[in-house]
Amino acid sequence: MMKITILYFARIKEVVNYSSEDVVLPEGVETIVALKSWLSDRGDTWQKLFNGSGVVRAAINHELVDDMATFDEGDEVAFFPPVTGG
Amino acid sequence: MKWHFFHPLPEAELSEAVYLNVSVQPEDFDTGHELQQLRAATPEAGALVNFVGLVREISQRGQLSHMLIEHYPGMTEKALQQIAGQAAQRWPLLGVRMIHRVGLLPAQGQIVLVAATSLHRQAAFEACAFMMDYLKTEAPFWKKEVGDFGEHWVEARASDEQAKQQWKLPR
Repeated sequence: MMKITILYFARIKEVVNYSSEDVVLPEGVETIVALKSWLSDRGDTWQKLFNGSGVVRAAINHELVDDMATFDEGDEVAFFPPVTGG
Repeated sequence: MKWHFFHPLPEAELSEAVYLNVSVQPEDFDTGHELQQLRAATPEAGALVNFVGLVREISQRGQLSHMLIEHYPGMTEKALQQIAGQAAQRWPLLGVRMIHRVGLLPAQGQIVLVAATSLHRQAAFEACAFMMDYLKTEAPFWKKEVGDFGEHWVEARASDEQAKQQWKLPR
């Protein structure tokens, strides 16, 4: 069991309808790909978000990471669309 | 080529001699004033190059009234610091000034300033292009167009990612 904070931004924040949550994860959910899969089990909205055509990028503690990256107890994980600043 | 340029560098590794000043703010900026400050901070400079990004009035969807810019507070500042630091590792820069605005910006308004000083022009020219290419693909900002068509999130462009990849090729 591990507790982390998840943040959502931009289009993804609008889809899930909130900007952050604290979650307690079951054993074995410690990579971005596993977290996406665990969240997808919440229902259609989440399934479409992580398995649809739109790219979802991730950061752990403010660093951009790929799907295989791992997080630890107390980490801040963020999900967001490809960035469009500048 | 040296791959370490493309990984985030701890701030401690940055040369103390390079002036790096990065801001994320809702307020507008006075480009002339900012450039003057950069010159004052790096008096040995022989070249000053800058880029200012603006809110286009017209998009594919119609007339814009505003651009809403969302960001990830905390990560945004770090990402800009890292990009400026990478540029300072790769080119012999004297100073860098970056400002990126957030919030609801009017059409024709200023979004971003990137400026660099160096002894000779090539370093400052290339560093500004590099910093903008990295900023567009790595800094956590998201734009939403607001206009007579409603609201629409701007899609990331493949050409921006390709522009960044160009910097990873041997030169």
